[in-house]
Amino acid sequence: MQDLLRRYGTGLTLIMCLLVAFWLLMLVIVPNITLFEQSFRPYLPVSEVGGPRDTYSLGNYAKVFEGHITTSLLGFEFEFPVRVRTFLLTIWYSMVVAGLCLMLAYPLAYYMAKIVNPRSLPTLILLLFIPLWVSEVLRAFAWWIILAFKGPLNALLLAVGLIDDPIRWTNMGYTGVMIGLIYTYVLFMLFPIYNAIQSLDTNQIEAAEDLGAPWWKIHWRIVIPHAKPGIASGSVMVFMLSAGSLLVPSILGSTTSQWFTQTINETFNDALDWNTASAYAFLLLILCTLFVTVAMVLFRVKLSDIAK
Amino acid sequence: MSAGIDLENVCCDFGSFRAVDHANVSIKPGEFFSFLGPSGCGKTTILRMISGFIEPTQGVIRIGGKDMRGQRPNQRPTALIFQNLALFPLMPVWENISFGLEMRGVSKTERRAKAEELLRLVDLPGAGDKMVSQLSGGQKQRVAIARALAVEPQVMLLDEPLSALDLKLRQHMRAELRAIQKRTGVTFIYITHDQGEALAMSDRVGVMSHGRIQQIADPREIYNNPVNGFVASFVGENNIFSGEVQTSAAGMASFSTPHGSFRARLGDIGGHKVAKLYVRPEHTVISATAGAENAIAATVGDVSFEGNFITVHATSDSGAHLTSEIRNDGSATVPEKGARVFMSFDAARASILQDANERA
Ligand SMILES: Nc1ncnc2c1ncn2[C@@H]1O[C@H](COP(=O)(O)OP(=O)(O)OP(=O)(O)O)[C@@H](O)[C@H]1O
Ligand SMILES: [Mg+2]
Repeated sequence: MQDLLRRYGTGLTLIMCLLVAFWLLMLVIVPNITLFEQSFRPYLPVSEVGGPRDTYSLGNYAKVFEGHITTSLLGFEFEFPVRVRTFLLTIWYSMVVAGLCLMLAYPLAYYMAKIVNPRSLPTLILLLFIPLWVSEVLRAFAWWIILAFKGPLNALLLAVGLIDDPIRWTNMGYTGVMIGLIYTYVLFMLFPIYNAIQSLDTNQIEAAEDLGAPWWKIHWRIVIPHAKPGIASGSVMVFMLSAGSLLVPSILGSTTSQWFTQTINETFNDALDWNTASAYAFLLLILCTLFVTVAMVLFRVKLSDIAK
Repeated sequence: MSAGIDLENVCCDFGSFRAVDHANVSIKPGEFFSFLGPSGCGKTTILRMISGFIEPTQGVIRIGGKDMRGQRPNQRPTALIFQNLALFPLMPVWENISFGLEMRGVSKTERRAKAEELLRLVDLPGAGDKMVSQLSGGQKQRVAIARALAVEPQVMLLDEPLSALDLKLRQHMRAELRAIQKRTGVTFIYITHDQGEALAMSDRVGVMSHGRIQQIADPREIYNNPVNGFVASFVGENNIFSGEVQTSAAGMASFSTPHGSFRARLGDIGGHKVAKLYVRPEHTVISATAGAENAIAATVGDVSFEGNFITVHATSDSGAHLTSEIRNDGSATVPEKGARVFMSFDAARASILQDANERA
């Protein structure tokens, strides 16, 4: 703050602070508070808004438990609320996406931080970033094309002889969504881990090796514990972004994949029931945050570690 | 158990740059051997080749008589103490120390006991549960030594481990290291750019410059009989005169310089005539009258009092700058600034040497 004042003078600093405050207040806080308030009120015809039936209740939140379908798990068949099912699957597959991103990103991050010649690192980072210059929509469509029934992936696999018949990738449950989400968010896993590993003193890796550690123990005892904050923040980011993604599930989803954000979107834009939709949105936000908090406690990660 | 180490014609190239050039040295089991040299002369590179992090471009490294080519650091009977110690900050002290044992599958109770035993050896009993960040510099140092000793190495490699400590602690740790080495009998290879450290601790010293080992000898020999000008001036102070050898006989030569003609011991100057004469300040004596030989008329400049000795700076009539060290024991009179004196030295205490041993 002192620094800012010295550099830009009182007037300019004041204007900047006011603009930031305006942005925070009008574009973030106020809309969220409005939606939050709406989520407790029933969806009513315009004439009845503010009338005697317009009272606060948790009715909208309770709606996630409505509408049962038959599901089967481990061979048992039972009735289950459809939206809760969607919600649980969203959480589960977001976790799988985070896990797969971790498995892809960790070796690459280690390679970038400790093995690759520092001179070729900028090129490598550039190559990783180029896809980010293309809009998310286009990237999702690109994958839609790649995964198409008569698309290049099937053509390649057929040519190599790995498969005999083309596969309907985008119609296999959540496969397409997984691929799209991993592709879209893997860099959010890569860079925190890369930063964490880069700050590890190479002498520590060498000391461990000198003391007789095989390579996997060096990772298990030295590199991964050091990179834990990076792994945690990458996982939280990928998980939250995946669970909140609407675009990828809409484009790459199959007939049997439903993402909770799609449920919210349908309630907003098809049913035009903003009150219930707001309730669902806050439910997603609150439960995901809760989930992440519990996971952090379980893995003994502190919030301050992630902030680093 | 300790093992000897032999380096035969070991070279190490980084691209076109030769960091270590034909190193030949044979270190005996249980010896305390130091590599001494200025920054960037290739000391760390030699150590990293012995521990296996770098393969020599040429030559053979043997540990306990066994050729080490292709052996990874985790397969060699060496333990390296890094220049920055490289302790593991996320583990408590005892886990640091027992890390090597953990890698060898030793049970936890046994590891804990061994860690306590080593902590007693390095004089840090009861510090096992502390975190590394809670230790002082000297304590970290000892933990690093204990961690390396835990794997019972046959050779300990130490890369300037004391450079980060303050003077008092450094002197204390020198004695400590030496004592630990005596107690364990392990071969120590010690790296330093501090000549006092190398001379005080080692059985033998290898002085290095620009990737080449210039001289290998015990500390006295290094100091009293340096083989060339580099060793003479890196290890201790000198008064230096450039000149030409005139006549020589029985290891002594007469040497003519712009400051007069002197007699001194003739070192190996490889048939050249042009060389330099080196004499230590403590062998340069001050007197009121000129002696028989090797005397230079001079005017006393600054006189600085250093406690146990007094340094006298003087300028000869021919313009050479000379220093003399006088022991502060009351036996010699200390000249005043501006006094006219004669500086002289014993021919047996002065050497005629080449600059350094450069390979053609
Ligand atoms: N990986 C490397 N690639 C290229 N050159 C290197 C590499 N490692 C060392 N060098 C060069 O080799 C020379 C010797 O380095 P080394 O680290 O052995 O010096 P040192 O004697 O240990 O010095 P110091 O006392 O400063 O630690 C230096 O000139 C250095 O620049
Ligand atoms: Mg070094």
